[in-house]
Amino acid sequence: MKRYVYINDDELSQDLYCDNRISNTKYTILNFLPKNLWEQFSRFMNQYFLLIACLQLWPLITPVNPASTWGPLIFIFAVSATKEGWDDYNRYLSDKKANEKEVWVVKQGIKKHIQAQDIRVGNIVWLRENDEVPCDLVLVGTSDLQGLCYVETSALDGETDLKTRVIPHACMGIDFELLHKGVIECPNPDKDIRRFDANLRLFPPFIDNDLCPLTIKNTILQSCYLRNTEWACGVAVYTGNETKLGMSRGVPEPKLTAVDMMIDKLTGAIFIFQIVVVIVLGIAGNVWKDTEARKQWYVQYPNEGPWYELLVIPLRFELLCSIMIPISIKVSLDLVKSLYAKFIDWDCEMFDIETGTRANAANTAISEDLGQVEYILTDKTGTLTENKMVFKRCCIGGIFYGNETGDALKDLELLDAVVSGSPDVVRFLTVMALCNTVIPIRSKSGSISYKAQSQDEEALVRAAACLHMIFVNKNANILEINYNGTMAQYEVLDTLEFTSDRKRMSVVVKDCKSGKIILLSKGADEAILPCANPGQQTRSFSEAVDQYAQLGLRTLCLAWRVLEEDEYQEWSLIFKEANSSLVDREWRVAEVCQRLEHGFEILGVAAIEDRLQDGVPETITTLRKAGINFWMLTGDKQNTALQIALSCNLVSPEPKGQLLLINGKTDDEVCRSLERVLLTMRTTNSEPKDVAFVIDGWALEIALRHYRKTFTELALLSRTAICCRVTPSQKAQLVYIIKSCEYKTLAIGDGGNDVRMIQQADIGVGISGREGLQAARAADYSIGKFRFLKRLILVHGRYSYNRTAFLSQYSFYKSLLICFIQIFFSFISGVSGTSLFNSVSLMAYNTFYTSIPVLVSALDKDLSERTVMQHPQILFYCQAGRLLNPSTFAGWFGRSLFHAIVVFLITIHAYAYERSEMEEMSMVALSGCIWLQAFVVALETNSFTVLQHLAIWGNLAGFYIINWIVSTLPSSGMHTIMFRLCRQPSYWTTMFLMVAAGMGPVLALKYFRYTYRSSKINILQQAERLGGPILTLGNIEPQPRSLEKEATPLLLIQPKNRSPVHEPLLSDSPNTTRRSFGSGTPFDFFQSQSRLSSSYSRNCKDN
Amino acid sequence: MMNSNAPSSSSGGAGSTDSSAPRRNSKRPKYSRFTQQELPACKPILTPRWVISAFMLVSIVFIPIGVASLFASRDVVEIIDRYETDCIPQGVSDKVQYIQTPGDKPCNRTLTVPKYMKQPIYVYYQLDNFYQNHRRYVKSRSDQQLKYPADEDETSACEPEDKVNGVAIVPCGLIAWSLFNDTYNFSLNNTQLPINKMGISWKSDRENKFGKDVYPKNFQNGTLIGGANLTASIPLSKQEDLIVWMRTAALPTFRKLYGKIEMDLQENDTIQVTLQNNYNTYSFNGKKKLVLSTTTWLGGKNDFLGIAYLTVGGLCFFLAMAFTLVYLVKPRRLGDPSYLSWNRNPGGH
Repeated sequence: MKRYVYINDDELSQDLYCDNRISNTKYTILNFLPKNLWEQFSRFMNQYFLLIACLQLWPLITPVNPASTWGPLIFIFAVSATKEGWDDYNRYLSDKKANEKEVWVVKQGIKKHIQAQDIRVGNIVWLRENDEVPCDLVLVGTSDLQGLCYVETSALDGETDLKTRVIPHACMGIDFELLHKGVIECPNPDKDIRRFDANLRLFPPFIDNDLCPLTIKNTILQSCYLRNTEWACGVAVYTGNETKLGMSRGVPEPKLTAVDMMIDKLTGAIFIFQIVVVIVLGIAGNVWKDTEARKQWYVQYPNEGPWYELLVIPLRFELLCSIMIPISIKVSLDLVKSLYAKFIDWDCEMFDIETGTRANAANTAISEDLGQVEYILTDKTGTLTENKMVFKRCCIGGIFYGNETGDALKDLELLDAVVSGSPDVVRFLTVMALCNTVIPIRSKSGSISYKAQSQDEEALVRAAACLHMIFVNKNANILEINYNGTMAQYEVLDTLEFTSDRKRMSVVVKDCKSGKIILLSKGADEAILPCANPGQQTRSFSEAVDQYAQLGLRTLCLAWRVLEEDEYQEWSLIFKEANSSLVDREWRVAEVCQRLEHGFEILGVAAIEDRLQDGVPETITTLRKAGINFWMLTGDKQNTALQIALSCNLVSPEPKGQLLLINGKTDDEVCRSLERVLLTMRTTNSEPKDVAFVIDGWALEIALRHYRKTFTELALLSRTAICCRVTPSQKAQLVYIIKSCEYKTLAIGDGGNDVRMIQQADIGVGISGREGLQAARAADYSIGKFRFLKRLILVHGRYSYNRTAFLSQYSFYKSLLICFIQIFFSFISGVSGTSLFNSVSLMAYNTFYTSIPVLVSALDKDLSERTVMQHPQILFYCQAGRLLNPSTFAGWFGRSLFHAIVVFLITIHAYAYERSEMEEMSMVALSGCIWLQAFVVALETNSFTVLQHLAIWGNLAGFYIINWIVSTLPSSGMHTIMFRLCRQPSYWTTMFLMVAAGMGPVLALKYFRYTYRSSKINILQQAERLGGPILTLGNIEPQPRSLEKEATPLLLIQPKNRSPVHEPLLSDSPNTTRRSFGSGTPFDFFQSQSRLSSSYSRNCKDN
Repeated sequence: MMNSNAPSSSSGGAGSTDSSAPRRNSKRPKYSRFTQQELPACKPILTPRWVISAFMLVSIVFIPIGVASLFASRDVVEIIDRYETDCIPQGVSDKVQYIQTPGDKPCNRTLTVPKYMKQPIYVYYQLDNFYQNHRRYVKSRSDQQLKYPADEDETSACEPEDKVNGVAIVPCGLIAWSLFNDTYNFSLNNTQLPINKMGISWKSDRENKFGKDVYPKNFQNGTLIGGANLTASIPLSKQEDLIVWMRTAALPTFRKLYGKIEMDLQENDTIQVTLQNNYNTYSFNGKKKLVLSTTTWLGGKNDFLGIAYLTVGGLCFFLAMAFTLVYLVKPRRLGDPSYLSWNRNPGGH
């Protein structure tokens, strides 16, 4: 399928394609109510409550007032609908803002101002510098004479560097205002942001109307920004939601936490139990009616009943038992969940001072899942790293700078050398400043900023500027440099571009003053050092490279050579020829470059650090200790990725860790590689070893397409994986694979390229970082720094899970408690479906008496935050769902059954004979339940704050106060009852008996398990509160620091050939790296000892 | 971690960060102990000492209370006389038919006072296997009608005893209709023993539930006669037997107050009871009992509370002892980190 875009032709493409209106909304005004209700009723619980509420409208069977169900039900639905509606309205507003943005469109050679939403396919859109691109465009003109323009694509793929885009050669030199007609033949909209295979044919009057092929290089896509280019214009090819960005923007599904699903499951189980009860009691009731009730003359059962008579008793029991499923649970959960979210928003310790951002929970419903995370998929750049390359050390002419201070820019020796004009240093700085493709931009205030395709180059230029070698201006081919206040100009003659095979890049410049022609080179050590002048000693440089690599720095060797005029002229001809060759161009160019790049004078080695964010290694270590598997998904190259993975403890060095590489260009290669890795993985799986696999985007594509099953198996075996050069949609696919294996995934990223992954994952976390806010906006949680993830998961996630686990089971417990009493009572009331409790009590019991105390469980803390941070392994209880599962639920079920028996038996025996008045007895049983539940909450509460006491004991007092108030109303059924009861000594003795009999065994059992079958949580609780050894461990902060110190020397022993390879981050270069490790041999690191984990236990022993 | 001159902030342009620092910090969440979840908290844990003393305490408190309530219950003197079978004359085979035939059905019973009974002595009738709590029965009343003369026609809940020939029954419903109608006359040494039937119902019921100006109307006029009839000239608030009966019992075995004997009875006194056996419990094999009982601070004769208290107290004592024993025999250090499995084999769990 193709689409034909007729340039500037309104008639031909008017209604064929959609307009440029972006819509992210879920509802319209018309379909809001039905669609929202439909969505709400697709949840089983809601259907159930609706059914119950409808049944209650039938007075013959209802035991209580229908308002007691309808009121809460309508309230719940109204709250949910309002929330959804509000969210959608906000989406509508932000869409509207984008849609109504003013853009310039060129029609018949005249520029017009229209709204972004009115752009049609075929329109020519005219953009100025720093404009956001409103839809996908094919470039047809720019302000640049060579037809270049620069775009920032971070919103699309997360890469912050500027990309060059070029107009198709057919449009070259044509004034866009004259460009009237033409056709672009392009594929139907897709989401692939790296491909655009289309053709352009210009219609007459242009002579050159051959087919002109178009690639992604000729496009500028929606949401990119035009940079460093005065203006550009392009033909709209995809608009609205059909743009590449729009297509890759998946519809975010509403997320349901594992806890919610478990609650739904338990609800289903309770529902089945309820049906069984109803059937049994219904049959028993009908039998009793036909045998016994006919003899009970005072009941006056009619001999002939209506046709539905057999159904009446079962339906009555259905309504009587409907309280088994607590309607309050949804309200309670919504309430506490929004409180969890608020706690995240409020958390001072997750406030990032540097950027002034606080943590934010956009999705208030999924905090529990944070505590159950099993896989974290993380982006690299900007997430783990600060996305800031910094020049750290250098070695110039055998002298090391920056070794003492750790920062060459602060090394006085180097500064002295710069001031004194040491020739070695000046040449070194010249290469740093000139040998690049950086564009300096002078702002109005006079300060200079640099835009570079490679962060490395930017770092070098910046460092040079700090050392008084300031790259001031680039004017076409003339570079201006300000050294110590004197201006120097260089003319760029040729640029020998970087390729991953050459591993170096060079420029040939001509000093405008002296007329000397110089070749400046920089590159990886193995690409530069062998080309050194045979007379020069290179040993000191390779030692420097080794030393820097051991420190985890990226190294670049800088070199130069003065060329003879003749030599250059001669070479230049061959170079031009090679550059215009059609066959094997890359290879031929490389070969020609080789001819020039020899006999270098090595100037020195520069070491660059891509700084990790603060606390990243500690965070990863802690979270890995918590049993969370880490995957790093990055668009970056393998080496960079590995380097970062190592320095942030993602992969452990040998012998603890092992790296397996999956590579290959063809199906077979990938398959073989995959099989081999899987085999290794299986065999090493039994050993306590961290095995990680490394895969690149190309192999991943093949693996996902053809060997999905194998890959999935591999994915589950591996605790760590590093995926390089993956596209946004591959990231999302990886998330999907892990998710489909029933693992809880958390995706964390900071750029627009992570949005899909974030939306796909169970939990999406966005870092509101330098790359803008796309990720943070799409995410469920946004944090300022990666290190806050630790607190988000271990503190907030864990507490949320624990609290919800208790709250939900408790909700079932209290509902079952009162329901069991009703069931027992039905056996002594002729199985006729009489309710022991009156409507007011029942409604108040569920929505008030028992809901208030349990709400403060949202403040409960079983372990202090510090203990959890010190023992992240404790998260296992949450991940495995140890606190909320059918067996814990069975415990609560048993407890409610036991308590119901206690309350019921004591009530009917203590209040027998002359006291067996219905209203009194019902209040005795009810107060028994209230007392028991207060003590249950108290027993299950781990930390009592003022609020807990207030809620638990205040609620108990509130129960009496409310009932006293109701008892003063003459019209109520329980008039004076509560006063009568409270005057009776036997009432109070009955209450104490119930509490003792109900709580005694529960306490005894809990004590026994706590002391003799203690869980890890219990042990830590005991240790924490008895001031055991754990408390004397001291602050958590120093401990990970010591880990870091110990981790650094590990890298020292790394062999040289594994050192980082210089690779500017040219993200557009199509080929992937395929070297550094032998094909598939395990990537061995040497390490003396696995100190990382032993330090922990040693700390414990020390105390 | 939170101090404002964090090392990382110095790496950027120093001037710009400083100037914007106050603005940025203004976004900082406000600190309060609640928002940071740092409210001062007491975190009790189940230490052996705590648990054992709790159980000990319960047993120490419960056993005396149990003994006291058992004594209280034993102090109550109770005379129970089951009469429904004995009051059927010899030779009557169909009890139901006998009871349903109109006419006097007198029956004489003799009760011996086993122990000195101090006044007031409560006279109850006890019915067994009578489901006043049956759903059909318990709902069959109209509180509106009982209270307000104007709401005479509020009989929708009273079905099937709501109307006779289209005229509302007052009081309507099955409960009133089935009013208990056995009567008792007591005599001690051939002198009439006065029964005080005033004040046997709840004061609140007389004053608030049953209207002073609501008179029985059309009562027991239907084809089926249920229980007792009511004097049409006495307002409902004075019909105390009805008021007592209308306080439905939650259990199928219940006692209702018939009256009070306001004089002491000596040991071995013989009480002659002349009763009218009118109420039909024969169709459903219900028992009828006449009960005379004194009362104590804990109410009537009921050993349950005493026994339950002793049992619970004893069990708690036993548990306390058992836990102490286990604690002494097999002490276990609380919170020993060596119990943490990840400390034993690092790396896995």
